[in-house]
Amino acid sequence: MLDALLSGDYPRSRALSALLLLIFVSLAFAPFLFPGTVAYQTYSKICVFIVLVASYDILLGYTSIVSFAHTMFFGIGAYAVAIALRDVGTGWDAVLLGTGVGLVISLLAGLAMGLLSLRVRAIFFALVTLAVASGFLILTFKLYTFTGGDDGIRFSVPRELRPSFKLLESDLTGFDVIGFLTTGSLQDALFKVSVNGRVVMYYLLFVICTLLFLLMLRVMNSPFGRVCQAIRENEFRAEAIGYRTVYFRTVNVCLAACIASLAGSLMALATRYAHPETFLSFGVMVNILLMTVIGGMGTLYGAVVGASLFLLAETYLQNGLGWVHARVEGIPLLADVLTPERWLMWLGILFVLSIYFFPKGIVGQLRVWAQARRARRSAGGDGETAAAPTLGRR
Amino acid sequence: MSEPLLTLEGVHTHIGQYHILHGVDLVVPQGQLTMLLGRNGAGKSTTLRTIMNLWRASAGRIVFDGQDITRLATPQVARLGIGYVPEEMGIFGQLTVEENMILAARSGPMDEGRLNWVFELFPALKKFWKSRAGTLSGGQKQMLAIARAIIEPRRLLIVDEPSKGLAPSIINHLIDAFTQLKRTDTTILLVEQNFNFARSVGDNVAVMDDGRVVYCGDMQALAEDVALQRRLLGLSLDSHQ
Repeated sequence: MLDALLSGDYPRSRALSALLLLIFVSLAFAPFLFPGTVAYQTYSKICVFIVLVASYDILLGYTSIVSFAHTMFFGIGAYAVAIALRDVGTGWDAVLLGTGVGLVISLLAGLAMGLLSLRVRAIFFALVTLAVASGFLILTFKLYTFTGGDDGIRFSVPRELRPSFKLLESDLTGFDVIGFLTTGSLQDALFKVSVNGRVVMYYLLFVICTLLFLLMLRVMNSPFGRVCQAIRENEFRAEAIGYRTVYFRTVNVCLAACIASLAGSLMALATRYAHPETFLSFGVMVNILLMTVIGGMGTLYGAVVGASLFLLAETYLQNGLGWVHARVEGIPLLADVLTPERWLMWLGILFVLSIYFFPKGIVGQLRVWAQARRARRSAGGDGETAAAPTLGRR
Repeated sequence: MSEPLLTLEGVHTHIGQYHILHGVDLVVPQGQLTMLLGRNGAGKSTTLRTIMNLWRASAGRIVFDGQDITRLATPQVARLGIGYVPEEMGIFGQLTVEENMILAARSGPMDEGRLNWVFELFPALKKFWKSRAGTLSGGQKQMLAIARAIIEPRRLLIVDEPSKGLAPSIINHLIDAFTQLKRTDTTILLVEQNFNFARSVGDNVAVMDDGRVVYCGDMQALAEDVALQRRLLGLSLDSHQ
């Protein structure tokens, strides 16, 4: 069962398994563990960014395609849903129409980009995607009547996804983990959870994101994914075996584009707002790149770890520094350095440290350590054991 | 001599501004092992890469089993049944031995009988089946590269310097493997610097110099003619024993 779900791609490290399990359980019960609007926005964003970063990882980590146009696909999905819900109506048909249109546009743009890689490679391809993404961002600002320009688009979502919608009449009880850890009071940690449209929206997002992630695991552990990895290592060798690398690169770009578009649609539905800075800016692209690198490229699980840690740091580091600052206020130099205003500097330091201590990304490094531990344990034996050949059936 | 499976007629290759092959004429007979010998920089590897269209021939014709493949793209050439093992082994180091083999079996799952035959040729591969190919030793990598090229029946196997940088015991193992491969009637074109290796497995020989084939003949005849070896290769067999 688990083998089929994870497509045989296990975390291969106990520490990583524990970390992934913690993230999964936290996200699965998030509305019942983390109260408040900021928390809701954070865990919704984490779900979406796990999928978005994973889709970028299948480009960068699995096939070595450096693209800066990933936010363009993210934005296409978001704006397609936003425009449909603004202009067509606020029903599910508009959601499906917007998502579908976003997917088709992303697919066509991905196809064009994939074919472009036939002629333009490596850094030149990256620069072209950067130019295309910048052009799209400028167009979004300029086409005010269509995209809302700098004001963005605010829109209504289907009734079932609105906070006013009640799925259950009676409230459920949640347990505020952070509250309990900071106050230690069990009674104060309990809180009422209204199972409204916001919770419905979150679980819709969580289920779709989980399915999309499992789909990506399946694809990247299929023969297709194996060829992509072969292309990453050496394109000429893959061609010499008989694989048309352009075909695989193009399908890969289209797949990543479509998944990024779906992530954009989900994000727009969760926030009920589409704005160029939120979906299309270069800052978002840099964050996606950072999350991919911090988590570990070419692992997919890296997207889970990278997106979760990065977004938690981005959201709570300032508050965390405020808490620390209050406790070191009397100490001259430390109090100056540990101020909430310097949170970006600390975020940068954390990034440098993570790269220093986890040069293969967190997931990659945890796997290396686990492998080294296994090797040490089996050092008494011959180290390697013959495994039954699988003949490539999977 | 048997019917030719591969023929090169006046093939020229340019790499950038450099003219590397100056009209290569070569015939690879069906079911035999043809050695391509020559000094460093003679154009041997470029000839193999040109056959695979990794370098495009600027003039001349390459005919495989009656079909002109000069302008075919590399994947199309490979799909005609030509297995290529490049000089730098051509394995995918980040993938496991198993994944490397699965990649090479393009037509679907590997044939169990053929896989067992490959394991008989190269037992180390079974032992390291789940290991990353990048962690194998040089000899094991070479075995994997050859195993990958033969996991599916190929009509022509092109191998570039399989013995390069390998220990003598591994080279002897490769000689055994190629001897067994010859028994399966596989046509092989093999580039080699090690004359002992060439003499042990070769049926025919073509010697290249300065981007041209300067001698074609029987391997045994060259092995027995020390003066000819000196003239063509600048070596004598005695010095390599």
